[in-house]
Amino acid sequence: MFAAFMLDTWAAGLIVAITAGVVGWFVVLRGASFAAHVLPLGTFPGAAAAVLLGIAPSAGVAGFGLAGVVAIWALGRRGRPEVATALTLVMLLATGALLLSWTDRYAAQVYALLFGQVLGVSRASLGGMALAGAGAVALALAGFRPLLLGAIAPDLAAARGARPAAWEFGFLAAIALAAAVAVPVVGALLTFALMVGPASCGRAVSARPAVALAASVAIALALMAGSIALSYLTNWPVGCFAGLGGAGCYALGRALL
Amino acid sequence: MSGAALALEGVAVGHAGRAVLSGVGFSLAPGSFAGLIGPNGSGKTTLLRSILGLVPLLGGRVAIGGRGQVGYVPQSIALDRFMPIRARDVIALGLDGHRPGIPLPSRRRRAQVDEMIDAVGAAGFADRRVGDLSGGQQQRVMIAHALIRRPDVLLLDEPLASLDLRSVAEVVALLAGLAREEKVAVLMSAHDMNPLLPAMDRIVYVAEGRAVAGTVAEVVRGAVLSALYGAHIDVLRVHGRVLVVAAGGAPHGHAHDHAHDHAHDHSHDHDEDAMHVVRIP
Repeated sequence: MFAAFMLDTWAAGLIVAITAGVVGWFVVLRGASFAAHVLPLGTFPGAAAAVLLGIAPSAGVAGFGLAGVVAIWALGRRGRPEVATALTLVMLLATGALLLSWTDRYAAQVYALLFGQVLGVSRASLGGMALAGAGAVALALAGFRPLLLGAIAPDLAAARGARPAAWEFGFLAAIALAAAVAVPVVGALLTFALMVGPASCGRAVSARPAVALAASVAIALALMAGSIALSYLTNWPVGCFAGLGGAGCYALGRALL
Repeated sequence: MSGAALALEGVAVGHAGRAVLSGVGFSLAPGSFAGLIGPNGSGKTTLLRSILGLVPLLGGRVAIGGRGQVGYVPQSIALDRFMPIRARDVIALGLDGHRPGIPLPSRRRRAQVDEMIDAVGAAGFADRRVGDLSGGQQQRVMIAHALIRRPDVLLLDEPLASLDLRSVAEVVALLAGLAREEKVAVLMSAHDMNPLLPAMDRIVYVAEGRAVAGTVAEVVRGAVLSALYGAHIDVLRVHGRVLVVAAGGAPHGHAHDHAHDHAHDHSHDHDEDAMHVVRIP
């Protein structure tokens, strides 16, 4: 399990868990679960676009992620954010459907991107993952106080001159970056569970914001490590264990509170 | 108006260039406790948000005295009971919530928060999750959050709206005491003036797109309110309560015309409103 070829997998799991644990805590705090569902799902047609254009899949994922962030942010400022978020998903998936219809080289990769393929992580992609993960964590932590203030009451952040719209954009960008990190490993459909599950459980651990955040990261690390180990032993997809485990974390968190 | 904590001159407020309220002028001295009274939809929330700078003024001038600091307590908070934020964390955010990053623990910060916790009587629940507290307790926490930077003006949007009767009296007494002790001018909106009568030294009464301001004795009179509403109004004092009674048609039948102004209106507000302005057929 700790053979040389597995080291890259463990490193990828570490990056994914820390990123999802931190960003997920803010997702749960701000009730942004829908955006955390839509952005990972919306990035996967980006990989299709990349295959078609012959560029790196991560570039396609990043491009679609950014498009999703801009759409949710701009449409959500006036009117209902969940409608904007749902429309964003539809636009991204519609584009993906069109792109997929133009190529037949993509079937195997579609499956990997939907459900994850932790053993497929290459050493070359680790650097980019680490960079994107660090960016997501830095953005979320920089917004710690303004995002908390806005979660208590949106007017409160604005009244204090905390520029809530700018922080909201940064927060959505952090979700998109976290999605870009997690989707190749856990899968577009199941990344949501890794972001929301550990954070939901972490808030039962402590009433202190910073302690609950640390607990969320620790639970995400345990969940990711357990998923990789079980995936190695059973040869079942890692996303299956991460998804079910994440949902289990949520249930445990609700039972404890 | 020199030395005033808050002064408004010919202020007009509204949405998308359409005035909801205009010609508003009054000034509050430091330490005064004022009620912003009027039916639902009369523009109270818009006026408060305009003073805060969240909505641009359509006309007139707002001047804040002292250091120009305004504290604000919004109508409701959006936290559910699972959220890992204690009452003391919310109060601390009043100090530096606009700054980026995670706050570093500091003795000075903690002392300031403890002082505010004592000032609003929140010591008994300071370490509990704020979403788990009662409405009255949450109001105390939000008042401490707004006051911790020692603002010159404290604005509160319907802070009594969802409280039980005992909490209403407690929050009013707390605010009146804080106004005196902290030398902060308090302006709170309410659709019913009665809970504020024991404490309020100024009243700003809004209706029909206009406002009158002064002491309760000056403003809450039949002649003054009749001129404001443009209809015959009687002011009755019964069992220590004030009833504003309109003859014939309904002077505040306009209350529902500006429904967009009060996104947070609760249906029970309208019941209390009916007690406030009684219609005689």
